Amino acid sequence: MASRIFGSAIKRREDPRLITGQAKYTDDFVLPGMAYLTVVRSPYAHAKVLRLRTKKAAAMDGVLGVFTGQQMKDAGFGAIPCAWVVPGSDTKTPAYPPIAIDTVRYAGNAVAIVVARDRYLARDAADAVEVDYEPLPHVADAEKATQKGQPQLHAEAPNNVCFHWKVSGGDVDAAFKAADVVVKERILNQRLIPNAIEPRAALAQYSSAMNEVTLWVTSQNPHIVRFLLSLDTGIPEQKIRVIAPEVGGGFGSKIPHYPEDSMVIFASKMCGVPVKWTETRSENYRATIHGRDHIQDVEMAAKKDGTILALRAKVWANLGAYLSTASTGIPTILHGLMLSGAYDIKNIHEDVYGVFTNTTPTDAYRGAGRPEATFMVERLVELVARKLKMDPADIRKKNFIPPFTDGHTVATGLTYDSGNYIAAFEKALKMLDYAGLRKKQADLRKKGEHIGIGFCTYAEICGLGPSQVAGAVGFGGGLWESAIVRFHPSGKVNVMVGISPHGQGEETTFAQIVASELGVSVDDVEVTHGDTARTPMGWGSYGSRSTPVGSGALMGAIVKIREKSKVVTAHLLEAAVEDIEYDDGKFFVKGSPSKFKTIQDVALMANVAWNYPKGLEPGLEASAFFDPPNFVYPFGAHIAVVRVDTETGEIKLERYVAVDDCGRVINPMIVNGQIHGGVVQGVGQALWEGAAYDESGQLLTGSMMDYALPKAEDFPNLELGMTETPTNVNPLGVKGIGETGTIASTPAVYNAVMDALAPFGVGKLDMPLTPEKVWRALQGARR
Amino acid sequence: MTYPVSITVNGARRKHDVEARLLLVLYLRDTLGLTGTNVGCDTSQCGSCTVLMDGKAVKSCTVLAVQADGAKITTIEGLAVDGKLHPLQDAFWEKHGLQCGFCTPGMILTACNLLEKNPRPSEAEIRHGLEGNLCRCTGYQNIVAAVKEAATRMAKA
Amino acid sequence: MYSSSFQYFRPKTVAEASQLLKKHKDARVLAGGHSLLPAMKFRLANPMALVDIGAIKRLAGIKAQGKALWIGATTTHAEIAASGLVRKSCPVLAETAAQIGDIQVRNRGTIGGSAAHADPAADFPTVLIALGATFVAKGPKGERKIAADKFFLDLFTTALKPGEILTAILVPSYGKGSGGSYQKHPHPASRYAVAGVAAVVEVKDGKIARASLVVGGTTPNPVRAATAEAALSGQKPDAASIAAAAGKVAGAIEDPLSDHYASGEFRVHLATVMAKRALTAAAERARG
Repeated sequence: MASRIFGSAIKRREDPRLITGQAKYTDDFVLPGMAYLTVVRSPYAHAKVLRLRTKKAAAMDGVLGVFTGQQMKDAGFGAIPCAWVVPGSDTKTPAYPPIAIDTVRYAGNAVAIVVARDRYLARDAADAVEVDYEPLPHVADAEKATQKGQPQLHAEAPNNVCFHWKVSGGDVDAAFKAADVVVKERILNQRLIPNAIEPRAALAQYSSAMNEVTLWVTSQNPHIVRFLLSLDTGIPEQKIRVIAPEVGGGFGSKIPHYPEDSMVIFASKMCGVPVKWTETRSENYRATIHGRDHIQDVEMAAKKDGTILALRAKVWANLGAYLSTASTGIPTILHGLMLSGAYDIKNIHEDVYGVFTNTTPTDAYRGAGRPEATFMVERLVELVARKLKMDPADIRKKNFIPPFTDGHTVATGLTYDSGNYIAAFEKALKMLDYAGLRKKQADLRKKGEHIGIGFCTYAEICGLGPSQVAGAVGFGGGLWESAIVRFHPSGKVNVMVGISPHGQGEETTFAQIVASELGVSVDDVEVTHGDTARTPMGWGSYGSRSTPVGSGALMGAIVKIREKSKVVTAHLLEAAVEDIEYDDGKFFVKGSPSKFKTIQDVALMANVAWNYPKGLEPGLEASAFFDPPNFVYPFGAHIAVVRVDTETGEIKLERYVAVDDCGRVINPMIVNGQIHGGVVQGVGQALWEGAAYDESGQLLTGSMMDYALPKAEDFPNLELGMTETPTNVNPLGVKGIGETGTIASTPAVYNAVMDALAPFGVGKLDMPLTPEKVWRALQGARR
Repeated sequence: MTYPVSITVNGARRKHDVEARLLLVLYLRDTLGLTGTNVGCDTSQCGSCTVLMDGKAVKSCTVLAVQADGAKITTIEGLAVDGKLHPLQDAFWEKHGLQCGFCTPGMILTACNLLEKNPRPSEAEIRHGLEGNLCRCTGYQNIVAAVKEAATRMAKA
Repeated sequence: MYSSSFQYFRPKTVAEASQLLKKHKDARVLAGGHSLLPAMKFRLANPMALVDIGAIKRLAGIKAQGKALWIGATTTHAEIAASGLVRKSCPVLAETAAQIGDIQVRNRGTIGGSAAHADPAADFPTVLIALGATFVAKGPKGERKIAADKFFLDLFTTALKPGEILTAILVPSYGKGSGGSYQKHPHPASRYAVAGVAAVVEVKDGKIARASLVVGGTTPNPVRAATAEAALSGQKPDAASIAAAAGKVAGAIEDPLSDHYASGEFRVHLATVMAKRALTAAAERARG
């Protein structure tokens, strides 16, 4: 049985409720007496709030209350805490009040809240709140914000610099001196809007008698939200229950503890009824975190033969107006430490400036830091190849870290767990028929048709992570995971986990693990997550950690169940515990497998405890925590083939080959699904997506009418391949696969477009590669 | 001011007095408690709120409840018959055509309309037919496979 | 997402609708609602009353009327795209309808609503001008007909007078020897036309007898590329004459619209490319 369930593409166990409309997302919950909250937001990017008039709104029919930042502060609700302060970087952490009190710092900053009987009345009243602003100069560009004479966002952060962080390994200056070639590039890794299709929502039910609250919220990590709420609401942690019910995608945007979490609790407390807030999409574009937004000056040094010697970079990372929960960790730890990529680059140096600007706060967005690192490396490798007239496949092969199974330390100090980069790349090249395609490309060019082939060979860091490392790099929490496995008398199993999946399918993969490791039917296992009252403490789902870290905890509990079962079996079979063996759901005496007890027999006896070992606790339940000794480092090779319409500048993705390695695979269907989604999202960054602000600090891409998301017809079927290089970081040898597609596809597609445009002498364009940019570049080339 | 509406939802006639500005999607969700129909945007782009109105896929965030007076509405809750899943629901499950599930009801109902108009669509026709539905999780590939699979099953049935 | 309050009326006849519009000065006509409701959800439009013409049976449908098609104002894009009559006697209109929005939008959006809204990025206005359609309006003073060239006055502004309702559009049909095509570059997010070009070409004895070429998306209302049309007249419908004509399209576009996605200059370029493609397809179809 073990061999059948683990690794098989069984249908997902969470799907029946999702395909019938029975799943309950946060906005689906309605409580007796519930009121609705609407946030009044600043239309200005930067302004002083001179006067707030709420009387008219408060007097409107159906309005329960209108509240300001000052009132919230007076009620004991504090600033939203930042949970990541990177050591050694002199990080400034200015206060982030949930509702602005005297100054608004981005268009969308909350200035007041309205609570009313229904959604429409709340909006009517919000329109009636009058705010007098005194507009202040503003700045949206991170590099510009650090220059002299620019508007200052926070008094404690001169020149808007939140931190200056450095990473160094080897002797970069010497390497550049010794280089035969140096390539330089300024890369704009543009600002993106995450766009989980479910907008955020929060519903709070506060009990004044008990000073306790239940919060339903669109979160990827309810335990973290509870912990942070205990710091800023004044309600003790044990009195807070956070429930992340069905969550409609997150991609990092549902990690942070947001101001609205506090607002609904405050409003419920003030109004004495449950209060719900649900974001509109256009509001989401302003009030939910954005991702990326780096300005990167990068240079790479290499020898004539293509050996990469060094990488040096200076980065301005746009943090937005305030520090969101994990924002400072993204452009530092999750970015700067990954600059070696899949290559043996011995000398690396990077300076990262985290900068405050009058924009929506940024934080983790799918890939979070690694896409910004991978794009940088993959782009520069490409430029070196071009300068040396090397095939971009050859330069990669030349510089790969050779295969390793037990650790490889790179210049930034990280020790990768396991990797076989060349194998994945060779497989991808073969799937593509690289030589054949190059020939086709040459033939098409003669006919005036232009296709391009682009690579990304990556290694990434995920499975966050060892807690001691988390602490050492300034993360304000642990990064271990937990699981409880509980057998009932009937032999059925409940599993409670600290992770909080929101589409990734761990209700299925974790049931597969339990089924294969304990010999029960997968249908007999129910996995519960996302409720602080029903699940053990855990740090949630992000950083592709749910499976690599969460399964470690699950395996710990499974081992404990097996050990206890052996004691029970030994008693029942009148044998010595040391002589009991386990295989495929059966416990038996070594050498006589026909004499056995099933796990179900054991579960019954442990639960009734009639005929039971003396001194042994009844029940068959185990709880375990797992803190991984290292991160995991999945890797792979992605190849994009694009066609450029040289008349209109339009780009069509013609083929996409991806070979990924996430160690052992629990459910290939789910793994492939993660890759599909990730790739498409990353292609979005290359070709269509990009948040932009106008001169007045307003979001130009303020709705789904303007911000282009990938659609079904933009894609061919992706061609996926796999290699399996297990890790020894966790018991099952699994690595995360949630973000690899996004990390790899942006540079692969970008490089493919540049390859197609190479005959025209086009060397650089900023993402997204819109038709107009391509057309202009071609115009320039033709002139 | 309210207006009486009589709307047949999933086969049952429902009568309510509603405000003129109440959107059909909020009538379904807040008035009837049918929360399977989701709201993903406010500009008629994402398609999460798609329901069938007199058999045709519409974005219920861009229809007033009063406009639906007298109409027959099918939501995701009404698609399975006597507890038996619609072939599209089955195929989405089978082919892993969903992850977080939020866009799924809208995808399935749009696909219903698509297959009604074109029972044997090519892959390109399916991809084009889903242009009014956004999914951020699946990359669409398995959704396309699911619609294709459902078409095959429905042709056999 | 949540519009302001308004009164709602659902008349059964045009006369009743007309009365209501007269009585409620700030009322707006609601057809499919796919232009108006989104604006109201953002409170960019806050009418005090809506007159829903969706229940007026006489406003829906497609029928042949002499050498033209009578298309009721509340006929949906989907109905036009699927209509055998339209596909036979005015295929370019069906082709255009099929390119609007998406399935769901086409199921609700109406040709009358699209025309009366006069969005610069809409598709129907462009092709209706190219086809030389006639707009039928009914108001307190009776019925009148407005030529497509005179219907669209400015950004979101038409020749309809207060109290007037667009009841139908008369679209000339074309047959053998003529061909039409609508080519657009859709915005990647909204799918509205960044540049959309409609071409109708009549070929006689191997030469272009008449060409109609209209460009949408680049200016507040679609513009006729008259110089390009004239240049085609009497020419062979070949690549050279089409390219030469397309080259004259830019001259017709004054002060092009510009936004974050596409500058005016690029819009003009796209219009040129779409014109070439539309003319090529139309000429090909005209030749049969």
